[in-house]
Amino acid sequence: MAFVQKFLIRVLYAVILLTAVLVLNFSMMHLAPGDVADTISQSMGGADQEVLDQIRAEYGLDQPFLIQLGRYIGNVLQFNLGYSYFFNTPVTDLILQRLPATLLLVFTAQIMALLIGVVLGVISARRPNGLASHFVTALALFGYAAPVFWTGILLLIAFSLKIQWFPVAGMQDVTVSGGFWVHAIDIAKHLVLPAITLGSVFLALYSRLSRATMMEVLGSDYVRTAKAKGLTEREVVYKHALKNSLSPVITLAGLQFSAVISGAVLVEAVFSWPGLGTLAFQSIIARDTPTILGILFFSALVVIVGNILTDLALRLVDPRMGGK
Amino acid sequence: MSEPLLKVENLRIELTTRDGIAPVIDNLSFQLDAGENISFVGESGCGKSMTALGIMGLLPDRIGRIASGSIVFDGEDLTQASEARLKEIRGNDISMIFQEPMTSLNPVYTVGEQIAEVLRRHQDLGTSQAWNKAIELLDAVQIPNPKARVSDYPFQMSGGQRQRVMIAIALACEPKILIADEPTTALDVTVQAQIFDLLRDLQAETGTAIMLITHDMGAVAEMSERMIVMYAGRKAEEGRVDEVIEHPRHPYTKGLISCVPHIMKTLSKERHKLTEIEGIVPSLREFGRDTCLFAARCDMVEERCRSSRPDEAAFGSTQKSACWRAKEV
Amino acid sequence: MSETTKGPEEEVVEARSPFSEAWEMFRRNHAAMAGLVVLVLIVIAAIIGPPLYAVDPFEMVWAPFSPPGVDGFILGTDYLGRDLVAALLGGARVSLIIGLAAAFVSIVIGVSVGALAGFYSGWVEEVLMRITEFFQVLPTLLFSMVIVALFGASLPMITFAIGVVSWTAVARITRAEFMRIRELEYVTASRASGAKNFKLMFSVILPNALPPIIVQSALMVGSAILFEAGLSFLGLTDPNVVSWGQVIGSNRQYILDAPYTVTIPGLAIFVTVLAISLVGDGLNDALNPKLRQR
Repeated sequence: MAFVQKFLIRVLYAVILLTAVLVLNFSMMHLAPGDVADTISQSMGGADQEVLDQIRAEYGLDQPFLIQLGRYIGNVLQFNLGYSYFFNTPVTDLILQRLPATLLLVFTAQIMALLIGVVLGVISARRPNGLASHFVTALALFGYAAPVFWTGILLLIAFSLKIQWFPVAGMQDVTVSGGFWVHAIDIAKHLVLPAITLGSVFLALYSRLSRATMMEVLGSDYVRTAKAKGLTEREVVYKHALKNSLSPVITLAGLQFSAVISGAVLVEAVFSWPGLGTLAFQSIIARDTPTILGILFFSALVVIVGNILTDLALRLVDPRMGGK
Repeated sequence: MSEPLLKVENLRIELTTRDGIAPVIDNLSFQLDAGENISFVGESGCGKSMTALGIMGLLPDRIGRIASGSIVFDGEDLTQASEARLKEIRGNDISMIFQEPMTSLNPVYTVGEQIAEVLRRHQDLGTSQAWNKAIELLDAVQIPNPKARVSDYPFQMSGGQRQRVMIAIALACEPKILIADEPTTALDVTVQAQIFDLLRDLQAETGTAIMLITHDMGAVAEMSERMIVMYAGRKAEEGRVDEVIEHPRHPYTKGLISCVPHIMKTLSKERHKLTEIEGIVPSLREFGRDTCLFAARCDMVEERCRSSRPDEAAFGSTQKSACWRAKEV
Repeated sequence: MSETTKGPEEEVVEARSPFSEAWEMFRRNHAAMAGLVVLVLIVIAAIIGPPLYAVDPFEMVWAPFSPPGVDGFILGTDYLGRDLVAALLGGARVSLIIGLAAAFVSIVIGVSVGALAGFYSGWVEEVLMRITEFFQVLPTLLFSMVIVALFGASLPMITFAIGVVSWTAVARITRAEFMRIRELEYVTASRASGAKNFKLMFSVILPNALPPIIVQSALMVGSAILFEAGLSFLGLTDPNVVSWGQVIGSNRQYILDAPYTVTIPGLAIFVTVLAISLVGDGLNDALNPKLRQR
């Protein structure tokens, strides 16, 4: 089965990419001045050379580089990402604790931006001089130029502090108790502002591309054929035109995943959203190497998985993609 | 059939361009009887495609409009028809196929679906009924192995096959008129011949009238009974194909015919030399003037031609020419 | 635009150099011109502002949280009583310098990789494409954060950290252009007359590939400024200079009491990047031959 084959090749390729990411990151951490022993000695209030050497031997830091690298990769394969000295927890646990929050934010933002972007694109392509179209142009300019953390703060000031529609920070209200749905709604309320903030940047991109693509498609020969068949306006636009305009937008969305994660780091900081971004920031400051490596690894993983999902979505929309 | 199926009278189609409004079709009148096969001939830019789009009500949205005149189809004036009524007619009573088969089919739907939807829309067929009819139609247009190919996507088919699918779509609801706008221009010569054969066969079977739009005199000679020669949005000459080619009554037609390597003439000393018509078609800006628009390129031009638009002169019951000096051609 | 008079007999064609033609188109684009004007103003403010408005952005000059317009401080003071105008002017310098420098690094890397990958096929192209994909997959902000945290937050290091993760877009565009132009006839002609590869790439192909690269470069400056703002918002900035993002970041906890300390610097970033993207769009319209025929 060609499809399964291709899928496996993709997976293999993804694994190679991830390994490369690991190697690069590990080397970088190794190159940097200072290491875990220094961090520990700092928290101990200073230590002399002997103690430092002892610590290094204990953590295997005196071994040659390649051996350390090999050991690290070996561990990763067993799902062991090391131990965080700073948080006193295995890195894997740490990350899995925070990962869902980030995934929720990232995927909500992307999907929201895609859906609204496509809808806006369709509306503005049909009426190029209408309200929706002008909105798309304005949004495209502003969405790109405004720093995402500034947008977040503005939304925070407006909707959480001035008009108190949404909570100010965090993902859940600890005082809320109840069943699944009560918690779900609580999380949803907390999710609104961060998701809108993160999504706004990409909404700008997707709606502009969707409009341009849709306009091109509406002028195409096969749309002319569809009209010549006497199909209704609805059928022409939503059945014939729309499906063809989706591919470029979905492709773009796929390419944006690493940007979305970067944005998520900033949005999490603004809204104190308990995800990987906040964890990353804390561990970077603390020079907590294993955690940093783990986070970099996981973010690359999210991007790669996102790309694969995008490819699958593309295949659904465009039968020509299957032939690749 | 005394009453013609399609009667176009004094049709004027205007295009809004950067330089103003231009009459891309200027006072055009013609008739089409049921089952008849006519050709519209002319160089690019003479308005032949616009006539077809005008009949279908498919003029480009904000740029084109029917300014005046009437298009009476089966007793109904299409220029006064509502958009909803036009949608009922398109694909159903009047169908059209276009020049570029490679891009005229929607790439993301199967050919079967694209045929079936016309049937579902106009003939109220159910999903499986329409699908089966689609298979039958593919067979009728001579696509081999139609049962398998009905689920193919356009990219899996050649240009010639795609054009056949277009023909299948167009003839699915057994329209009274099929408008074919340069259907073979983008195809290989051998495929061209096949497509024309197919169209003639189908016409014999279904009795559909065919309006062929082309710049290829050879296609005209092969396909049609009558021809209309267009120039700069106006009818230059009209008549039965054999009589026009035998004795063209308009300098432009004469020029067009002599451009084609002696298709009709037998090999003799009298055969025409291969010539070209000097000059180029007038730009859209110059359409609509009260002169003969061919004057700049005509070798029989005189003062009258530059000062007023020629009236139509008749020759016999079927041939007409819009030239001041038609008798002398 | 060439001027033609009526009638095919006399065609007077005024030839113009591609630069002045492009400039003409750009000039007529009101939005782009507005962007350019704003940008020039910001550059001037950045250059002569700090020496002219001789206030140290780090010095406490008044009471904290003094609102704008009060006591002679047009934009007020922040949580440490520091003058916001000084912070804006100083930040302008930093943003522009890092923006330009980081964009430059990205462009150099991106054009080199893209040109080679587009010109050569075979293993060179494969390897370079894999490398590009690798950098595309890396979470850019995180990676830069790590670099800055590990190797120190100095201006050069920040510039490097931003530039080294942002080059993939330029590389893609450059590669596409090179691949397209490589097949054009004048390149084949040059090759037939014995031009060496290197010369071909840089004297023949590159000048023709420039328009989209220039447009992308303009946009990259905007991206780099946003990137730097993000890093400094998180605190990963050179402590000796003031940066717009850093002002926002350090005043973040006080948005309830003094929102202006956060909204105003953000507005500065926004206006700058907006001006740059308007200019970039204008360049796109002016340099893109397809649109010129309209």
